[in-house]
Amino acid sequence: MGRITLDQVQKKFGDVEVIPPLDLTIEDGEFVVFVGPSGCGKSTLLRLIAGLEDVSGGEIRIDGKPATDLPPAKRGLAMVFQSYALYPHMTVRKNITFPLKMAGMSEEEKKRRVDHAAEVLNLTDYLDRRPGQLSGGQRQRVAIGRAIVREPAAFLFDEPLSNLDAALRVGMRLEISELHERLATTMIYVTHDQVEAMTMADKIVVLRKGHIEQVGSPLELYRTPRNLFVAGFIGSPTMNLIDGDEAGNHEAQTIGIRPEHISVGDGPWQGTVGVSEHLGSDTFFHVHDTGLAETITVRAPGEVEHRAGDTIRLAPQMDKLHRFGSDGLRIA
Amino acid sequence: MARAVTTKTKAINTAIAWTIAILIFFPILWTILTSFKTEGTAIADPPVFLFFDWTLDNYATVQERSNYFRHFMNSVVISVGSTVIGLIIAIPAAWAMAFVPGRQTKNVLMWMLSTKMLPPVGVLVPLYLIFRDWGLLDTRIGLIIVLTLINLPIIVWMLYTYFREIPNDILEAARMDGATLRSEVIYVLLPMAVPGIASTLLLNIILAWNEAFWTLNLTAANAAPLTAFIASYSSPEGLFYAKLSAASTMAIAPILIMGWFSQKQLVRGLTFGAVK
Repeated sequence: MGRITLDQVQKKFGDVEVIPPLDLTIEDGEFVVFVGPSGCGKSTLLRLIAGLEDVSGGEIRIDGKPATDLPPAKRGLAMVFQSYALYPHMTVRKNITFPLKMAGMSEEEKKRRVDHAAEVLNLTDYLDRRPGQLSGGQRQRVAIGRAIVREPAAFLFDEPLSNLDAALRVGMRLEISELHERLATTMIYVTHDQVEAMTMADKIVVLRKGHIEQVGSPLELYRTPRNLFVAGFIGSPTMNLIDGDEAGNHEAQTIGIRPEHISVGDGPWQGTVGVSEHLGSDTFFHVHDTGLAETITVRAPGEVEHRAGDTIRLAPQMDKLHRFGSDGLRIA
Repeated sequence: MARAVTTKTKAINTAIAWTIAILIFFPILWTILTSFKTEGTAIADPPVFLFFDWTLDNYATVQERSNYFRHFMNSVVISVGSTVIGLIIAIPAAWAMAFVPGRQTKNVLMWMLSTKMLPPVGVLVPLYLIFRDWGLLDTRIGLIIVLTLINLPIIVWMLYTYFREIPNDILEAARMDGATLRSEVIYVLLPMAVPGIASTLLLNIILAWNEAFWTLNLTAANAAPLTAFIASYSSPEGLFYAKLSAASTMAIAPILIMGWFSQKQLVRGLTFGAVK
């Protein structure tokens, strides 16, 4: 079981409040992603849950039991670090066995669990190597192996894929998602990459300056961002935000439209093509001189040819328009 | 791109390196040579370098006049004892300073180092009186206490520098894996800091072995280490260069041999973290 409740949890470093009092409930078995720009407090929040930082106020409960004053070792959580944090002087086997050794488990049980984890993570051939002899992806798998052998109440991931190259990252992303399917254990995952958040999460927590901006499923956040910040942060390429007369026409301070909700062809908007990015599956146009915003990004499915300097007409899907008031909040 | 090193610059650099090395080593070499001369040849003018009648008389005399083995054992007990006790105190201290630094940590470190700038003679009298009142004069335990204290700042500083090189993440990972503070230090921190701890240990044994001020002033006969043994050959009745050299050679030989065998470890430890 791994239900984690944060009740008015707060963190200050000296006089600086990095996390103002905050409430959050993470249900058992959920895959929750904390996402936000650098310095938004997402890693700090994870470390508070882990017990690696002390809270300045509020209470943390794990499965209903108070955990605020428990040391990390007693919380029953496992963590995977961005730097992998493997023990360089131990073999892979010893690395994975370490938490079991600390728990005082029998030799037989240790061997059984480590062999099983190694099999699941394709590490069987590497058990006698040292971390220094492994590739980045293998090291990350050892770190995950060390976390799963304990059968913890929840897994905490602190930007675990940031040090991997792009191709490996996609692969590991899938592996972690599959692991979650199989283990059905609570996972809390910190990332600044909204694509990771969108693809992996059951529930995304968007943070800015220690505040929770919105909590919801990936598609909730995509469809109904609560404010301008979430609207701009979730989605790739980012949502086009338009102020001025056009927004006024829709009785809003700002309107937002995602690049995929604008089609090229006949439409009310017009502009000049700047840079176009051809991905094969899609084509992105960065359109200037629309009189709406400096650049309007448009996503056209498939291969569409327009040269820089071409004038094109754009048709926004009006039912996909997001409206925001002067306070930055969504207008229903 | 690597800079091209010409044969000429290589030759010049080699020559310079050898010259400096010989200059540094020469006094030791001269001491060793002198220990094999007679007292007469030892003070001959012009000095004789290699061509003299080699003799072992000085060693025999020195052995007759004093108990080398007792001084040697005193040196071993005092230098190893003070280093081991120093490490036991310094490891937790350096751990705290490296991994949970407070606002005053930097100041404490500087203060510790500043005690090394104090001339020892400034505290000789009070320390002597304390030792006299507590019955610590001319005891091994007394010297162990003094040498532990005077070398402690260096031990803490060295360990602090090595510990700082160890990523905090790894210690936090151990904590997450259920390690208590004790297991964290024993299974994770210490094995990773072995090169640093080993060089700290070696350096401090050398420092304690060669320490002369306190060992000469606080001992007489019972606890006198090899430094006092050497000093006993420079007496007011006259200098006996050859015998003094023989005593010196016997005193430095053990530490020189230890240093020779552990030089790889020492260099590795002293440059730890300098090159990643």
